[in-house]
Amino acid sequence: MDNTSKNLDEMPKKSPLSFQIDLKKFEKATDDEKKQQDVMSESTSFFKDGMRKLRKNPLAMGSIVVLVLIMAMIFIVPHIVPYSYSQIITVNGRRDKTASNMAPFEYSQLEQKYIEEGGKVFPHIMGTDEMGRDYFVRVIYGTRVSLAVGLFASIIVLLIGVLYGSISGYFGGKVDLVMMRIVDIIYSLPDMLMVILLSVVLRETLKVDNIAFLQKLGPNMISMFIVFGLLYWTGMARMVRGQILTIKQNEYVLAAKISGAKSGRIIRKHILPNCVSVIIVAGALQIPSAIFTESFLSFIGLGVQAPMPSLGSLANAGRAGLTAYPYKLIFPAVMICLITLAFNLLGDGLRDAFDPKLRRD
Amino acid sequence: MSEMKKKSEYLVEVNNLKQYFPIKTGFMKTTPLKAVDGVSFNIKAGETLGLVGESGCGKTTVGRSLLRLYTPTSGDVFFDGERVDKNSIGHMRKQMQMVFQDPYSSLNPRMTVEDIIGEPLDVHKLYSGKGERRDRILELMELVGLNAEHATRYAHEFSGGQRQRIGIARALATNPRFIVCDEAVSALDVSIQAQVINMFEELQEKLGVAYLFIAHDLLVVHHISDRIAVMYLGRIVEIADADDLNASPIHPYTQSLLSAVPYPDPKMAKERQRIILEGDVPSPLNMPKGCAFRTRCKYATERCAQECPTLTDRGNGHMVACFNK
Repeated sequence: MDNTSKNLDEMPKKSPLSFQIDLKKFEKATDDEKKQQDVMSESTSFFKDGMRKLRKNPLAMGSIVVLVLIMAMIFIVPHIVPYSYSQIITVNGRRDKTASNMAPFEYSQLEQKYIEEGGKVFPHIMGTDEMGRDYFVRVIYGTRVSLAVGLFASIIVLLIGVLYGSISGYFGGKVDLVMMRIVDIIYSLPDMLMVILLSVVLRETLKVDNIAFLQKLGPNMISMFIVFGLLYWTGMARMVRGQILTIKQNEYVLAAKISGAKSGRIIRKHILPNCVSVIIVAGALQIPSAIFTESFLSFIGLGVQAPMPSLGSLANAGRAGLTAYPYKLIFPAVMICLITLAFNLLGDGLRDAFDPKLRRD
Repeated sequence: MSEMKKKSEYLVEVNNLKQYFPIKTGFMKTTPLKAVDGVSFNIKAGETLGLVGESGCGKTTVGRSLLRLYTPTSGDVFFDGERVDKNSIGHMRKQMQMVFQDPYSSLNPRMTVEDIIGEPLDVHKLYSGKGERRDRILELMELVGLNAEHATRYAHEFSGGQRQRIGIARALATNPRFIVCDEAVSALDVSIQAQVINMFEELQEKLGVAYLFIAHDLLVVHHISDRIAVMYLGRIVEIADADDLNASPIHPYTQSLLSAVPYPDPKMAKERQRIILEGDVPSPLNMPKGCAFRTRCKYATERCAQECPTLTDRGNGHMVACFNK
């Protein structure tokens, strides 16, 4: 400070044509103003920044709300509705033969009689199916199965794909060549045919009776996970490899090498964190495609085993009486649409928020 | 060999370093790209060797082969009398570091400044507790002129000059004795360049590190270097004391390089004669026989096409590779 005030007095007279700045025209900053200079914007990490962008995206936020609602339904509904997915409606301990193929909120003759006598019957929100089971509970259980398959299949695909792709991309050269040719071979197989063949074969050969947890899921679900895991990781592996090839070129990877960091550390600390946004987006978009494939498999009868419903098998059953009971197709179909649409929109929103290449501020 | 070299006066010795890259030129056919073709030089402890040359002449490759980011095709590098190879590089990483050209791609965007500077410390486990790590990082940040409150920020929140300071702090973290500065100031604007260069000099005085200072700006190199080596197409054509080289360049390529340096004084710039080279740089895939520079040299003779000139001492350690000058 002393320095400038001294200079101020010693300043030579400004010649009229010079560009020299006249220091006398300047005022000293007050302490308050100096303090303002110190206040800078809060340090934001990449993740926080992405979340802030995501919150501004109404479509993505809407999809999150829809998905949360569906999740909540999946967990709450089976506790509230007194019917189970395989239970044929009984009134007063008697099997109700008149309760099949009812429209939404309709009561069967036995039920009406029971209500008149003062009993309470939980309404069939979506009616009943041809065997007299509550359709609402079946759709909810179907959604549960479809979502579980979608999530687990995506996780398997993510794990295998990221591991395979990062090894192939990082080590490059001959390792990359061999690993990518294997991917090419798997990629070139007609995947629907393979899915159908594998799920038929696996259903016959899988022994899941010994493990209680797997038994509950049933051999079909397990085979479906395996099929997804075996076939659909290739796309993910290719994408991760591509990402890593570009990130590997960055000088901070060289800097880490010069510091003596080992390959594992470089992949973990430098390469994966920089492609994690792309992986998240691809993972989110993988879920609806897995759900869709599961529905398709169940639709052609290769999915989950009866009486366990899935959205696809419900739609297939609903197809039979399409003209008489169209709502039986509409309910599961609407559910599939809602889930896939919400995940797709969410994936798009995530990509807009996290993909550095698509950033526009 | 390595036993004999043990008590060397040089910190870094490079003997006939060659680095070829196989380039696919057809089906099942590869041609070696001679990025570095027999380069030798020495650097004393605490000394700065400038390395200049035009784009693509192999300056960066020399720096990277030296630190074994590439495995050299042939030739030896000795560090402190010990041969640098696959096994010994592990414990030498602590002693040799690098500062990169691009301050934007050389810092990981997902790491805080603290973690970027702390990475070499983490890798070599140079601290015994969190507190010691933090103290060392803050000490380094102060050394390169960064505020302690910047430690938790991310690299994208800094300007180019500040980012380069972070890169330098990272290079200094392990107390290295030798740093390769690969075009470390080329990406900065002039006023920041001056700051960073002065900082390099101050650090050298304080810590006694040796630099291999790679650049294409002769003024900058002259300012910071004790000696300067000039490269053309993978070979060193002239190596001399900085002032000596600037005052009396001998090799025709060095002369033309020096004549292209912009002068800040327009009067002097007008009087000065520029030596403009004709033709293009030959492709390193298809190098001319003999002296690589002969295709653009006005002094070229029959002999230049036949044999390759080697570096010969013209007195005072001024080495030149030319038959005619």
